[in-house]
Amino acid sequence: MKTMMNVQQKFLSYKNCPGSAMLRIMVLLSAVLTFGVLLFLILHIVVQGLPHISLSTFAWNYTTENASVTPAIINTLVITLLSLCFAAPLGIFSAIYLVEYAGKKSRFVEIIRITTVTLAGIPSIIYGLFGMLFFVVSCGLGFSLLAGSLTLTIMILPLIIRTTEEALLAVPDIFREGSYGLGAGKLRTIFRIVLPAAVPGILAGIILSVGRIAGETAALVYTAGTVAQLPGSVMSSGRSLAIHMFTLANEGLYMEQAYATAVILLLFVVLINAFSYYLAKKFVYA
Amino acid sequence: MIRQAWNEKIMQGVFFVAACTSVLAVAFICIFLFHNGTLALSEIGIWDFLSGTVWRPNIEIFGIFPMIVGSVYITAGAVLTGVPIGIFTAVFMAFYCPKKLYRPLKASTDILAGIPSVVYGFFGLVVIVPLIRDLGQFLGMGGNGNNILTASILLGIMILPTVISVTEASLRAVPSLYYEGAAALGATHEQCIFKVVVPAAKSGILAAAVLGMGRAVGETMAVIMVAGNQARIPSDIFQGVRTLTANVVIEMGYAADLHRDALIATGVVLFAFILIINLFLAYLSRSK
Repeated sequence: MKTMMNVQQKFLSYKNCPGSAMLRIMVLLSAVLTFGVLLFLILHIVVQGLPHISLSTFAWNYTTENASVTPAIINTLVITLLSLCFAAPLGIFSAIYLVEYAGKKSRFVEIIRITTVTLAGIPSIIYGLFGMLFFVVSCGLGFSLLAGSLTLTIMILPLIIRTTEEALLAVPDIFREGSYGLGAGKLRTIFRIVLPAAVPGILAGIILSVGRIAGETAALVYTAGTVAQLPGSVMSSGRSLAIHMFTLANEGLYMEQAYATAVILLLFVVLINAFSYYLAKKFVYA
Repeated sequence: MIRQAWNEKIMQGVFFVAACTSVLAVAFICIFLFHNGTLALSEIGIWDFLSGTVWRPNIEIFGIFPMIVGSVYITAGAVLTGVPIGIFTAVFMAFYCPKKLYRPLKASTDILAGIPSVVYGFFGLVVIVPLIRDLGQFLGMGGNGNNILTASILLGIMILPTVISVTEASLRAVPSLYYEGAAALGATHEQCIFKVVVPAAKSGILAAAVLGMGRAVGETMAVIMVAGNQARIPSDIFQGVRTLTANVVIEMGYAADLHRDALIATGVVLFAFILIINLFLAYLSRSK
């Protein structure tokens, strides 16, 4: 009864302001549209794709008949691991320098901030071009998983630097002061006190970059190449899962397999997000 | 004691070197792209390259004006579809969303941001393209559905998470006093939001739109899958176009010599666009 009254009252108050009513409708409509599109996208791909996932989708070797995703998944794993091996230490160390050593208003910090923002805004195809010119041709790596990983390293660096910076800044100064008070040096304080406290935040950033790597296409086409077979070593060329899917969909011959690959990619993204969310939540309470 | 001091110094050096890598990376990217790009530009002529309307690599005519037009059209289309819906959704998230719904919806925008562009492209290919094809036939425009309109709608969806999160953050940064003051004067909920809070957050909202624009200009794979990729100047939105990004990816696989250099120069033009957008963003964040 009370809610009825409320609704009625609301309705009456809007009668005098048709503009407000219109805006309210626009807001609600936009929200429904945004989340409706997401829901529809996920449902469409899952419903159409699930039936096409079978054992042959995961066959060990790629043939033109099964269009297996296993080599692509292995390539993606190798690229992800390699990129993280390069980018995680680099990114975390840069963030440590920015937060713990450089003064907050120093010129150097400002330059680095500008460059990381610039790097974050560069589209992946530019990274791909640069990777092709620098790592593939100038460094002589050829189309290889290594060249692809190095390219992606530069691409995810700003993300790791930013999230680590935030995580380090969130560690209260009392932690550092307490450690100094007990006679620990700066280095020991950073590695024993500050970093452990910041681990969940740093991990959340690293996991987000895993998501970016797994979905990357444009930066890898002309650095890691598009060979569909299992890689022999990090110097051999191989297509990632996203490139695999792009090729399948673009050739138009393997739509069913493309649907199946899309389901795998989507599932991966949702899992990555859930995990990063879980860590971030843990971090807030800690 | 002395050894420890050395350790401190060495590690500080290591941290410093690591911090320098991002500066080095930007420098290397600029040097390599501009160096290789200028090779083609000096041979073709910068003006002929930028304003030439014919792209025929087989007879060595390289004009990327159609691709510039294509990128501009599709970006404008994405901004027109994505930005208003994104801003309204951000208003919903900040002022309308029931508390219980907030967390799942926030997580949904993160998922929207995390979906790889190939998956969006595929979704566009199997869902939006047929819809637009039917619409085109209904309106008597014909075409196969791979056109500016399709690409604009798809990119509009893809820039939504960026626009929503940046707009929402800037709306929340407005002190609640603004809203309360307006409400105390008898304004409706909507009047408070759209006449007081939104104008107060306008620089952040502008930044959101520009960030979305940057994403749209640089998007590659999804656009290739739905835009048709014809290298000519379109006459209406039911015609296919090729963007700067698509030009690079489609032809780089078999390009050689001058053709290859011309493609790299295409990348340089795209890079210049992005740098201008970045400069504008830096200006926006400074004026805040």
